[in-house]
Amino acid sequence: MAKRKIGLEQRKALYGVLFVSPWLIGFVVLMLVPFFQSLWFSFNKLTITPEGYTLHFIGLDNYRFSLFVDAWYVRNLTGAVSNMLLNVPLIIFFSLFTASLLSQKFRGRMFARAIIFLPVVLASGVIAKLDSGNFLAALMGNASTDMEGNYSGLQSIELRPVLLRAGMSMDAVDYLAGAVDRIYQIISQSGVQILIFLAGLQSISPSLYEAAKMEGATGYEAFWKITFPMISPLILTNTIYTIIDSFYNNSVTGMIQNYAFTQLNFGVSAAMAWLYFLVISLILIVVAWLVSRRVFYYD
Amino acid sequence: MNTNRVVNAKHESPAFLRSVIRWHERHQPVEKAKKWLWILTRTVLVFGICFVILYPIITKLSIALRDPVDLFDSTVVWIPRTFTMENIEYVMERLRYPQAVTNTFLLSIGTAVLQTISCALAGYGFARLRFPGSNILFALVVFTIVIPPQTIMVPTYLHFRFFDVFGLYGLVTGKSGINLLNSFWPFFILSAFAVGLKNGLYIFIFRQFFRGLPKELEEAAYVDSAGIFQTFYRVVLPNAVPAIATVMLFSFIWQWNDSYYVSMFAPNHTLLARMLDMLPGAIRPEYVGGIAHTSLYLNTGILLGILPIFILYLFAQRYFVESVERTGLVG
Repeated sequence: MAKRKIGLEQRKALYGVLFVSPWLIGFVVLMLVPFFQSLWFSFNKLTITPEGYTLHFIGLDNYRFSLFVDAWYVRNLTGAVSNMLLNVPLIIFFSLFTASLLSQKFRGRMFARAIIFLPVVLASGVIAKLDSGNFLAALMGNASTDMEGNYSGLQSIELRPVLLRAGMSMDAVDYLAGAVDRIYQIISQSGVQILIFLAGLQSISPSLYEAAKMEGATGYEAFWKITFPMISPLILTNTIYTIIDSFYNNSVTGMIQNYAFTQLNFGVSAAMAWLYFLVISLILIVVAWLVSRRVFYYD
Repeated sequence: MNTNRVVNAKHESPAFLRSVIRWHERHQPVEKAKKWLWILTRTVLVFGICFVILYPIITKLSIALRDPVDLFDSTVVWIPRTFTMENIEYVMERLRYPQAVTNTFLLSIGTAVLQTISCALAGYGFARLRFPGSNILFALVVFTIVIPPQTIMVPTYLHFRFFDVFGLYGLVTGKSGINLLNSFWPFFILSAFAVGLKNGLYIFIFRQFFRGLPKELEEAAYVDSAGIFQTFYRVVLPNAVPAIATVMLFSFIWQWNDSYYVSMFAPNHTLLARMLDMLPGAIRPEYVGGIAHTSLYLNTGILLGILPIFILYLFAQRYFVESVERTGLVG
């Protein structure tokens, strides 16, 4: 017995390293190194040669170019951020609302779920690009509704005067009317969030609702006093998911790719990507901090 | 006045009141009205949401099947007067559809299988085979979800342009690495090492699922003197079908719809995303006879672009819709 026997726990730890190692190698070689390389590139001028590439240190010039020289970067970035800030509350609200609709039992529920999840499956950047400003679809929308048709054929013409007369402030009305105009965008971006909320709603024990009903709570009270606190951790999850999702493909990422592969200005592209990453991280940290203070954890 | 009092008296008679109360208790009109109103509202809302989602698809179907003659017929709105398959054939040719679909399918299925294997391994390692520092590494997995792929785009591109494992190839041949661009290798390498598109999310899904499995399963296998890998392969994986199906379907779909990696790694391959991207250039109004014709072919192209995934979704729909519940991602 020259070989020392090692215990199951140690063997497990060893195998753990083995199981994780593909990811670990990939993470270090294909993620961590490029991550810091990209930071280094952003301070350099990169030239591609047949043998590889050469770097020439230029300090903060790439950042200066992105922020102060390029006419579109800052504009696109603020556009992307403000778009995200506008859409995230709407998407969260809409997906929570739809999930609580779909969590009830009614005929055709599975069918409705399948349709509502369809945009997630069909979402593709290329198709969205081809589909923007669809000439014939707009024409058909015109002909069939006899109104000024937008992409989805839906309009909020009647909504604005009604809300204004009801005494709501101009900004709130603009926001809501804009939301109705963007309803297709909002619905198509909330598929995954609806699924997450649905799963959360189904995991709430029905006995809580029964007890509340015995005590005389209405459905409205039950929603705010039981449903809302119980799924508040998922609101945090979904908010973060929505933010990441909205930054995955937009005009800024298009610019970053354009600078790298069309103009072959790799340094500027890296600098833009890093600024982009910093902005996203900052937003995620602030939002996660703001939301997590209000989250209720059951356990 | 007089008659009124008579009526009142009649209404206040105890027998009448009792019958009204009995009717009320038996039928509960207020409760019923509330219930039916809610059902009506719910139906309208669900129907409306479904309509908004299906409307663009129905529009495209209607456009794609019509003859160009119908474009100038103002009586045709939704149902074409002359049905034709010519648009579809024309656009299929422009997209090199059979080849593009086959290539995209091979690429997507390859990455899906590799990502599922590597992410399942990593997920199991993080869930059950703890080692010192595994929590820190898992935090890094979550961190990778947050990094936009564009941040590491330039080094990744250069990495695959001059691909070299630790400089070994350069030492042997004296050349500066192999050009792996314009092949499927970058996709497969990224997938095999679980750092491809949204792979942090898949590792997270697997970890949550494996943590939810009962520990007794593995303990029974260990008692029967099965090794750790054998236990994983023979006992854990067969019980993880929901998680495997979810990850595989999602990675397949997201790879299929991806245009970012495709335009970076394989810009000259006949892949569906790239062919669709080039479609507007091939059917410019001056080539096909007007804006309306261009739009007609574009709509047909979009329809053809979503068709394969739509067919897949028809069959695998349950797995998608129930994915989050089945994998226990929540809770």
